[in-house]
Amino acid sequence: MSAFDNSIQGLRETFRRDQVWPFLAPEQAAKVDVSNQMILYVEGLNLSFDGFKALNNLNLYVNDGELRCLIGANGAGKTTLMDVITGKSKPDAGSVYFGQTHNLLTKDEADIAQLGIGRKFQKPTVFEEQTVFDNLELSLKTDKRVLPTLFANLSPSEIDRIDEVLTIIGLKQQRFMKAGALSHGQKQWLEIGMLLVSDPRLLLIDEPVAGMTAQETERTAELLTSLAGERTVIVVEHDMEFVRSIARTVTVLHQGSVLAEGTMDQIQSNKDVIEVYLGEEAAEA
Amino acid sequence: MSKLINWFSEGRSSGKYTLPFVILLLAVTVLASAANLLLPQDSALYVSTYSITLLGKYLCYAMLALAVDIIWGYCGILSLGHGAFFALGGYAMGMYLMRQIGDRGVYGHPILPDFMVFLDWQELPWFWHGMDQFWFAMIMAVLVPGLLAFVFGWLAFRSRVTGVYLSIMTQALTYALLLAFFRNEMGFGGNNGLTDFKEILGFDLQADSTRVSLFIITAVLLAVVLMLSQRILSSRLGKVTLAVRDAEARTRFIGYRTERYKVWLFVYSAVIAGVAGALYVPQVGIINPGEFSPINSIEVVIWVAVGGRGTLIGAIIGALLVNYAKTRFTAIMPDGWLFALGALFVLVTLFLPKGLIGLYGQLKSKRQPASSQEVTS
Repeated sequence: MSAFDNSIQGLRETFRRDQVWPFLAPEQAAKVDVSNQMILYVEGLNLSFDGFKALNNLNLYVNDGELRCLIGANGAGKTTLMDVITGKSKPDAGSVYFGQTHNLLTKDEADIAQLGIGRKFQKPTVFEEQTVFDNLELSLKTDKRVLPTLFANLSPSEIDRIDEVLTIIGLKQQRFMKAGALSHGQKQWLEIGMLLVSDPRLLLIDEPVAGMTAQETERTAELLTSLAGERTVIVVEHDMEFVRSIARTVTVLHQGSVLAEGTMDQIQSNKDVIEVYLGEEAAEA
Repeated sequence: MSKLINWFSEGRSSGKYTLPFVILLLAVTVLASAANLLLPQDSALYVSTYSITLLGKYLCYAMLALAVDIIWGYCGILSLGHGAFFALGGYAMGMYLMRQIGDRGVYGHPILPDFMVFLDWQELPWFWHGMDQFWFAMIMAVLVPGLLAFVFGWLAFRSRVTGVYLSIMTQALTYALLLAFFRNEMGFGGNNGLTDFKEILGFDLQADSTRVSLFIITAVLLAVVLMLSQRILSSRLGKVTLAVRDAEARTRFIGYRTERYKVWLFVYSAVIAGVAGALYVPQVGIINPGEFSPINSIEVVIWVAVGGRGTLIGAIIGALLVNYAKTRFTAIMPDGWLFALGALFVLVTLFLPKGLIGLYGQLKSKRQPASSQEVTS
């Protein structure tokens, strides 16, 4: 009898009316815990490709709302670091936390993107066969599972959001043009727009002004500085003028680890940096 | 304002020719059927039952081409094994038709099909049970290709196998099935396959009315599949599909699990191929392992390329034209067909990268350069 009672009790416990089963419960919107004013913790990162140490015990902390520039020579590990943060590569050792709770190393690209980390590639990659508008629609912050996407309709607020971003990136006139028909600079802007429309917490931007005219570069600098504050922006860039115009904090990478960190002036007077990076330029000048 | 924009962005999808095409397809179907059933045989406009069956066969091929186009033209997955899904659907229908023969077979066994009696089998293999029910067989015709596509796609796409490697795997898949179905022990009639069908749902398969009905059903289903696919591909899911085709990594980085999209599209495509196969078998009267042949699957890709990949109607037109040419050509010069097909593929790849539909678009924009400028700007 008591066994029966137990099973009944167990059944009642399983089918409790005041609770839903965990797998039925709607997923909580992912909260990013930034109570320590820190949004990204990268610690002890190591990654080697066939013996080449792309990342060598790299530590990097980024404050919430900061605009951070990463500089470094080719092969210093800038793009590899971005690959690790966005889930494209898995490191051999180390940890990457987004806020205090989200361990990025256990997640894949799609998960990380949905957490609010957006990435712009070095080479502008937009969906060339689709219109500028469609490109932005695809990037909206929505339910990105298969069935909801099949039955998705643009809500008026989403259209307003796309319009707003179109204005910011200056492509209002080109909204129904195929993205492949845009100029190189416009594609760069569209890609930045695709990041903006998804409303990310953290933007990783790889060489945003490569191939841009001076005027476009200036506008990009304005845009990126205006983003910082409510969002965190990490920019990888070679163009030192550009870095000087936007950066408050600069991190110099060298051979897979952090060489120096500070304001542009501090960096430029740093002995190590002059030796390995700016030294060549200084020698030339 | 915003509604207008919404409408515009929908109106730009390439589906504006779908409805006229469907109407044309159904009109031709009705006219051909009427000409067969109502006109006397000596009338100049009489359409022979042979032609009706041939048209029905072409429409099945068109549906198969549509399936390949969805996955290749829109999602960039070049499947060289879609013949396998087509043949599996066909086998499901073939098994049903086999069971319908009952005791009218050569050996007159009440339950076992002829080839099993010939092989001296005592009872029906387990997978033949239930296949005497039409509804069950039809579920199988959809379920088996779908399930195979799901398992295959899940393994391949999750491991991020793409491009030419995936194409080779699909070839291997269909080739493996070809070899398996050749074996008598598999219980699908070995290299003779399944044939000698008598009736479907009680209707004589040789009767004109049955032939015409099958033709009409094929045309209607093709129209339904075309419209459904057009709708799916013009939804946001279709946009994601194109995005996966053009820049899969980018799609992943904006938060879509591309492998899931690919798997489900692959399954959808395989199911369409299965339906096409199930419609094909009662019209041609035989299904054998030859349908699994890798060459067949490659031919389908050529149909799509000729018609214009990335346009559903193009795939259908390509399949119809190439098969019509095949029927004509093999009657005149049977040995030359494969050479002609190869030449066709080379020519289309070199000169018509967007197929016949692309050619139409080019001619149109040449004729009206001014107005097309307006459209693009």
